[in-house]
Amino acid sequence: MIRFILLQNRQGKTRLAKYYIPLEESELHKVEYEVHRLVVNRDPKFTNFVEFRTHKVIYRRYAGLFFSLCVDITDNELAYLESIHLFVEILDHFFTNVCELDLVFNFHKVYLILDEFILAGELQETSKKAIIERMGELEKLD
Amino acid sequence: MNPFSSGTRMRDMIRAIRACKTAAEERAVVRKECAAIRAAISENDQDYSHRNLAKLMFIHMLGYPTHFGQMECLKLIATAGFPEKRIGYLGLMLLLDERQEVLMLVTNSIKQDLNHTNQYIVGLALCALGNLGSAEMARDLAPDVERLLQFRDPNIRKKAALCTIRIIKKVPDLAENFIKPAAVLLKEKHHGVLITGVQLCTDLCRVSDEALEYFKKKSIDGLVKLLRDLTNSPYAPEYDISGITDPFLHVRLLKLLRVLGEGDADASDSMNDLLAQVATKTESNKNAGNAILYECVAAIMSIEDNGGLRVLAVNILGRFLSSRDNNIRYVALNMLMKAMALDSQAVQRHRATILECVKDPDASIRKRALELVYLLVNENNVKQLTKDLVDYLEVSDPEFKGDLSAKICSIVEKFSPEKIWYIDQMLKVLSEAGNYVKDDVWHALIVVITNAPNLHGYTVRSLYKAVQTTTEQETLLRVAVWCVGEYADLLISNAGMLDIEDPITVTEADAVNVVETAIGRDSSDLTTRAMCLIALLKLSSRFPSLSKRINDIIHRHKRSLVLELQQRAIEFNSIIGKHEKIRSALVERMPVLDEATFSGRRAGSVPNAVSTSQGAPPKIPNGVVKPAPPPLVDLLDLSSDDVPTSVSVGGDFLHDLLGVDMSPAPSQGTNQTKKSGTDMLLDLLSIGDPPALSNSAALDILSTSQDSQSAGDLSGKSPTPLLSVKASTSAGSSSMMDLLDGFGATPSVPVAVTDAPTYPSIVAFESSSLKVTFNFTKDPSSQHTTLIEAQFTNKSPNIYSNFVFQAAVPKFLQLHLDPASSNTLPASGDGSITQTLRISNSQHGKKSLVMRMRINYKVNNKDVLEEGQINTFPRGL
Repeated sequence: MIRFILLQNRQGKTRLAKYYIPLEESELHKVEYEVHRLVVNRDPKFTNFVEFRTHKVIYRRYAGLFFSLCVDITDNELAYLESIHLFVEILDHFFTNVCELDLVFNFHKVYLILDEFILAGELQETSKKAIIERMGELEKLD
Repeated sequence: MNPFSSGTRMRDMIRAIRACKTAAEERAVVRKECAAIRAAISENDQDYSHRNLAKLMFIHMLGYPTHFGQMECLKLIATAGFPEKRIGYLGLMLLLDERQEVLMLVTNSIKQDLNHTNQYIVGLALCALGNLGSAEMARDLAPDVERLLQFRDPNIRKKAALCTIRIIKKVPDLAENFIKPAAVLLKEKHHGVLITGVQLCTDLCRVSDEALEYFKKKSIDGLVKLLRDLTNSPYAPEYDISGITDPFLHVRLLKLLRVLGEGDADASDSMNDLLAQVATKTESNKNAGNAILYECVAAIMSIEDNGGLRVLAVNILGRFLSSRDNNIRYVALNMLMKAMALDSQAVQRHRATILECVKDPDASIRKRALELVYLLVNENNVKQLTKDLVDYLEVSDPEFKGDLSAKICSIVEKFSPEKIWYIDQMLKVLSEAGNYVKDDVWHALIVVITNAPNLHGYTVRSLYKAVQTTTEQETLLRVAVWCVGEYADLLISNAGMLDIEDPITVTEADAVNVVETAIGRDSSDLTTRAMCLIALLKLSSRFPSLSKRINDIIHRHKRSLVLELQQRAIEFNSIIGKHEKIRSALVERMPVLDEATFSGRRAGSVPNAVSTSQGAPPKIPNGVVKPAPPPLVDLLDLSSDDVPTSVSVGGDFLHDLLGVDMSPAPSQGTNQTKKSGTDMLLDLLSIGDPPALSNSAALDILSTSQDSQSAGDLSGKSPTPLLSVKASTSAGSSSMMDLLDGFGATPSVPVAVTDAPTYPSIVAFESSSLKVTFNFTKDPSSQHTTLIEAQFTNKSPNIYSNFVFQAAVPKFLQLHLDPASSNTLPASGDGSITQTLRISNSQHGKKSLVMRMRINYKVNNKDVLEEGQINTFPRGL
């Protein structure tokens, strides 16, 4: 199960944070800070998996943004790595050549996309096309 | 446009915030915005509520408190329009979590939305419930969600499936209701619904055994067919990822099959072919393919044994291990740990590669590899592996050293074939990474050292050499100092040389130098310095010629600001200076420390009142008093002489080091605490009668001059007299009276008795109801001290209870009362109470003993007091 998803830039600013487990306010900031610290210092040649407290963080860097997923220790890391990539592809398609600024100004839309992709900590849909279509429908209603 | 009115568009607010150059500016902007939003909320401004909530969410993401917006979310959710609802739910998921009570208020809204006609709204509600639902909400809304599992729109079905996962996680009891609907989902065509359905089934099986049984019976074949079709399916552009159709579904299906096949041979059989097919056919040049292979291997490892498949799996792992991609290697190391349990031979083949991974620059890989290595160690390869690991220890990063040294130590401890190798390895580890090593590791080392008497010489010489070269490692220094102190004579004399050693010449002065350097280092901490002081004491006894020099060194610490060091310095100084007679007895060789008890204690972690790292064995009678239990290594080394005793007090090692065993023998009440005229502290001196008193006739129970400083300087009271006589009490009885038990046949007659001149007994006191007799013996080592055995007899026909004897003596005498044998005096001389008194006469020869006594007892529920003065002591006492 995915425990949380974080999108952070190199400086540590959180661009997106979605938690599927309950955490206190103070805990939130601490967690974000710690994950950032763990992830930002790693050499690109190293593995994409780090151990974090009693779970694992699977992360990948795209340009200036780190996409981190915290999962249970028994989960399949490679599969989640693929899912991160799928998510980025969806964003890319939706915003056409997405950049960090797009994510900042349209954060509410990013959340919507995320909610179509992952629910309750598990994958909801694996087809890029399906998600994009759905987003289109939702946009029309807005 | 004023950027701070609530009419601001969200984009502009974001722009304004991003334009701020300092944190203070940003705070100001945010404050203004929050104020505007709050005003709008309290005015119930409908127009911009949508926008305001969006702004609020952004502010929340920046990290500012936004509690005031929570009710706004609820209001928005309750409105009819889709955009408002959408932003409301979004705000809800962002600003709240499942533990907030506010969430309860939403339950009704969600319920209504779940039954809405607009399927997008239903979707929103499911999403919120799935991400946020608490247990109560889950219970309330479960029926609605169940219904939605069969909704016509696949989007809703898949959301409902995931929502169900959350529900059963929160309320496992509801799982049974969802089993049938979930099984239906497995027959779907739509991939989204399929994958969510598979996930739901996996979680159902985890939560409920009933579900597990159901799926095992009904669904396995269906699943197998599904996976087979998927693997064989042609190119499907919608789901294709690097040439594989929907790898996510592959992975999930494999996971479900694993859960179903675990522990069940039949189920496993039906999957075998499929797993073989997947394992062989999947391409592994892309990450997606590897993900599937990984999951496949995990499944093979978990299900019931099938030799061929296992071999296949281990081969795949071997391939992974030699891949250049770090991710793959990591995953392989992880899986190999599981494979160890099944086929350790196969994993051993890859030992070299794994060892290489321990040295990898990537911390994650190092950790995994180290754990795997730990599992690989067995008796055959332990020496080689340890050598490699120790070599690596020298070059490893400091952060890693701690882990690595801990692992090496546990390997060495578990598998060491012989003691000399153990000691060698530990020495190496300590020299390299001593500072990272935990305390009980070097404690264990010392225990082992003492248990290998033939290696003492070798050990101390190796340590000596090591300390010459390495000086920063604190633990190494401590062990070295301890050994030098203990085995200094072996060091000097090169005794017990093993063939492999080169002879070295170490003079006495050199040995002292080592300890002196250690104590003088600025970086030595309290423990090391304290150990050095004791070592110096031992050295002064073993090398009397250097006594003066050693005394000087100790003298320097008499002014130490640390109480422990100061105390030790003063005491040792005093021993060296004034009490040479007992010094050698004090610091004789430590006995062999019992490994079994040590490891037992370590495992059971008995709290140490006075902790000694070596677990001062209970056998040693310990008359030493330490007022403040130091967390340090040595209580004074105790003379153990011929400790033949096998009296060991179970796990009660440090039972009563104070020796004043105030726990009375069963029959005694609080009487023994009343000792008139006697300073309580005096008891510390002599008594030290630890319950585990040796039965041997060997005497040296020492009360050393430590006590002198705690009890004030008892002039004229040399500690020694108290020794000998006590020794032979029967163990377990804390009362001293048995010593001079006039009545019972005393098998172990104290040595003193035969030597001393005998004095006639006297009737100290006699009344119509009570008779008190005194029997005298002189302490052989001191003329001043007399031991009196008092005997009380009841002359009346009534039983006396709560019998207490108190005595007072003039100032030139010192009196000590031992606990009485009982405090009930049987009637008519049917038995008696005996009690031992010790009197020390500072005016021996000039004045004789006098005593006032007072006796309290209870007869027929009446308290009686008898008093008297005894002047009839024989002369010469």
